[in-house]
Amino acid sequence: MTDSLVDLSRLQFAVTALYHFLFVPLTLGMVWILVVMESVYVMTGKQVYQDMTRFWGKLFGINFALGVTTGITMEFQFGTNWAYYSHYVGDIFGAPLAIEGLMAFFLESTFIGLFFFGWDRLSRPKHLMVTLLMALGTNLSALWILIANGWMQNPVGAEFNPTTMRMELVDFGALLFNPDAQAKFVHTVSAGYVTASTFVLAISSWYMLKGKDVEFAKRSFRVASAFGLASALSVIVLGDESGYTVGEAQQTKLAAMEAMWDTEPAPASFNLIAAPNEKAEKNDWAVKIPYVMGLIGTRSTTTLIPGIHQIKEKNRQRILSGIEAVRALEQVRHDPADQEARRVLEAHKADLGFGLLLKSYVRNFDQVTPELLQKAVDSTIPRVFPMFWGFRIMVALGFLILMLFVASFVSTLQGRCENKRWLLKWALLMLPAPWLACEFGWFVAEYGRQPWTIYGVLPTHLSVSTLTPGNLMGSLAGFVGFYTILLVVEMVLMVKFARQGPGSLATGRYDNELAHAH
Amino acid sequence: MDYPTLKVIWWVLVGVLLIGFAIMDGHDMGVGTLLPFVGRNDVERRVVINTVGPHWDGNQVWFITGGGAIFAAWPLVYATAFSGFYWAMLAVLWALFFRPVGFDYRSKIANAAWRSTWDWGLFIGGAVPPLIFGVAFGNLLQGVPFAFDDNLVSTYSGSFWQLLNPFALLAGVVSSAMITFHGGVYLAHRTEGVIQERAMSSARWSGLIMLASFTLAGIWLASGIDGYRISSVVDPAAMANPLGKTVVRQAGAWLDNYRHWPLTLLVPALAYLATLITLTVLKARRTGLAFILSALALTGVIGTAGVSMFPFIMPSSTSLASSLTVWDAVSSQKTLFIMLVATLIFVPIIIAYTSWCYRVMAGKVTVAFIEKNEHSAY
Repeated sequence: MTDSLVDLSRLQFAVTALYHFLFVPLTLGMVWILVVMESVYVMTGKQVYQDMTRFWGKLFGINFALGVTTGITMEFQFGTNWAYYSHYVGDIFGAPLAIEGLMAFFLESTFIGLFFFGWDRLSRPKHLMVTLLMALGTNLSALWILIANGWMQNPVGAEFNPTTMRMELVDFGALLFNPDAQAKFVHTVSAGYVTASTFVLAISSWYMLKGKDVEFAKRSFRVASAFGLASALSVIVLGDESGYTVGEAQQTKLAAMEAMWDTEPAPASFNLIAAPNEKAEKNDWAVKIPYVMGLIGTRSTTTLIPGIHQIKEKNRQRILSGIEAVRALEQVRHDPADQEARRVLEAHKADLGFGLLLKSYVRNFDQVTPELLQKAVDSTIPRVFPMFWGFRIMVALGFLILMLFVASFVSTLQGRCENKRWLLKWALLMLPAPWLACEFGWFVAEYGRQPWTIYGVLPTHLSVSTLTPGNLMGSLAGFVGFYTILLVVEMVLMVKFARQGPGSLATGRYDNELAHAH
Repeated sequence: MDYPTLKVIWWVLVGVLLIGFAIMDGHDMGVGTLLPFVGRNDVERRVVINTVGPHWDGNQVWFITGGGAIFAAWPLVYATAFSGFYWAMLAVLWALFFRPVGFDYRSKIANAAWRSTWDWGLFIGGAVPPLIFGVAFGNLLQGVPFAFDDNLVSTYSGSFWQLLNPFALLAGVVSSAMITFHGGVYLAHRTEGVIQERAMSSARWSGLIMLASFTLAGIWLASGIDGYRISSVVDPAAMANPLGKTVVRQAGAWLDNYRHWPLTLLVPALAYLATLITLTVLKARRTGLAFILSALALTGVIGTAGVSMFPFIMPSSTSLASSLTVWDAVSSQKTLFIMLVATLIFVPIIIAYTSWCYRVMAGKVTVAFIEKNEHSAY
């Protein structure tokens, strides 16, 4: 596999995944906001709550359409561009994807039709049930895709089979209850709830700033600030951190994003900000807070967090052991009856992936030099600079959003949010923040897994399809072209309906009824 | 449950999911294909679109789940077919892009050019995927140029243009006509007046084209196209290793199953019989019954392709031993079993709530309905 093919395949996956992830978080949260609004409508019978459900539902629908469009790309891409990955781990990875379709996609996609078209044909409680099932479906889909993704980070419950030349499932329960997947699920859906709350909060604030549909906006603001406060706390408190001590992939990621070059005595200090120097493998300077890293990362005062140098040393041993595994595997593939080779393979199986990683640098292990080995060892740690700052930007945005929701919640309790123009302006200004935080979060989680597609098992380099770089340039250009047009179209509609506000429902109860006929 | 049984069950289940896809997503793709022709003005087109408006999204999941099931049950097929047919798959994907945005965005702006653009988008999203799937099946029946190395890395040595050979294009015609037929029947069921008349006439024509091209393809397959046959002893309980067998290519090998198990001839017979009865009951305007029958007809057509090839899924024309079969392209016994349990639990539930949704939205979509729901309808 040539480097440019691998790089282009990664770039295409990153572009399409980051783009898909512009629409997913809003969907994950909006469904629950719609459930809350409609529940109030069913319980109180107040018309304004049905109007809120329908209006915010309209914006939700515009977003959902692109979520669906770009989601199919993700499923196709494992097969089209990551064929060896699909073969090598399909036995494990395919199952949650298929179950996601059966359990979640069918549910959300079937009931979203009735959500939009069933208002006149269903009783109020039945329509609420439809909305609820749709919400459940979207959130279950996040659960299954994160079970699949969690396994990429922490591949539990599977074993290599030399006859079929792939990983095979041995413990389905371990796959489901992978602590990494659990932590990711809570963190990701909470981030989605924050995104949707910010969306409703910002647009409602804008109506209040303009003095239009103020009653409608005030109620929407209240729902968003309560839901947003709870979610922002959840995203930070139950954040990803709890998952970071589990498994080596997360330890490597943690060391890189905290720029922890060496193991410190427990509990380790936290680098609030620092200047990581990758050449010298140290921080030129750092602002440290004692004990904090150890406490957050391990929830204990005695557990050590390994530093980059210590992880590298361990990986060097694993690569050396991996060489034995790859050699034995070649013998077993050549002569399945070779019991001695099978015994050696069995003994070094856990490090097979590290042997495969070295294969990216040298085809024939007889030609391994100390320099090549060092190169392979160095490649086991993702670059520190983007990890360190990517993580910090995400966290900083998270705290800014939390502050916004605290202020919003307090003022909505006091019932005077429409007069606090500074708050309304702040909320409007924060509209892009959750999207930025989500994208940085995705980056830290997935770039931080490099150089692996499946940590310790399958290097990214070996995962791609046998295509030409020309194929990739063509398809990448196609995706960028299509996605640019779709984004423009989506934004035009989103802005049009957000500006017009609930008047777009043509009920005769709101401002801007005549501004646009449709 | 033993491994050989699970392997055969999964051949049936993938068939069920693909046929489910053809019945459910197929009818709304057929509606998309017919959209520019049976809807001659904006309101008529909105009527056509709204017959599938509340359902197309759920229906599309048959496709996504079919793909996911192939990934989980036949990972090598998923990997080899999707990467080998790279440009064909991207063409399907990009055509599908037009559907969610076409349905949801089209009527949100009252501008003739905007709406007409999305109408053609819905046409592309409806017409292109069935055509390409048909062409793909046409290529599977002839064998596909791919080979595995010792580590099971697959290399495809053909080009996109090679896929468009005469037999494959004929298979594409079968598939397109079948989906248009099915969509026409559905549209006749959900509309009235002039739109219904046009839908019925489209269904008649496409049904006849489907039968003619299906017959032609059958004759061609029996007389002019070499089939594949496993020439080594098959151990159905063996671990999945596609390189562990030998394969020969022989004229008439695709008729083996019909010779060994004459009852399988009922499958192509179903295609003919169900299509002819559909056309008859359609004339009597029993449109609901016609829809069930046309679903049976396409079960017969797709089933015929599957039965002819069994146990092959994806034969290789350049490296015979690399051919993928039901016995050696599959996941482990454990994964097949878990996926079987998941399918048996969820498919009945899905069918139940999908039926409920169709019942809630039942009845004719009319011009009056569109005019009344100007702002909320698609």
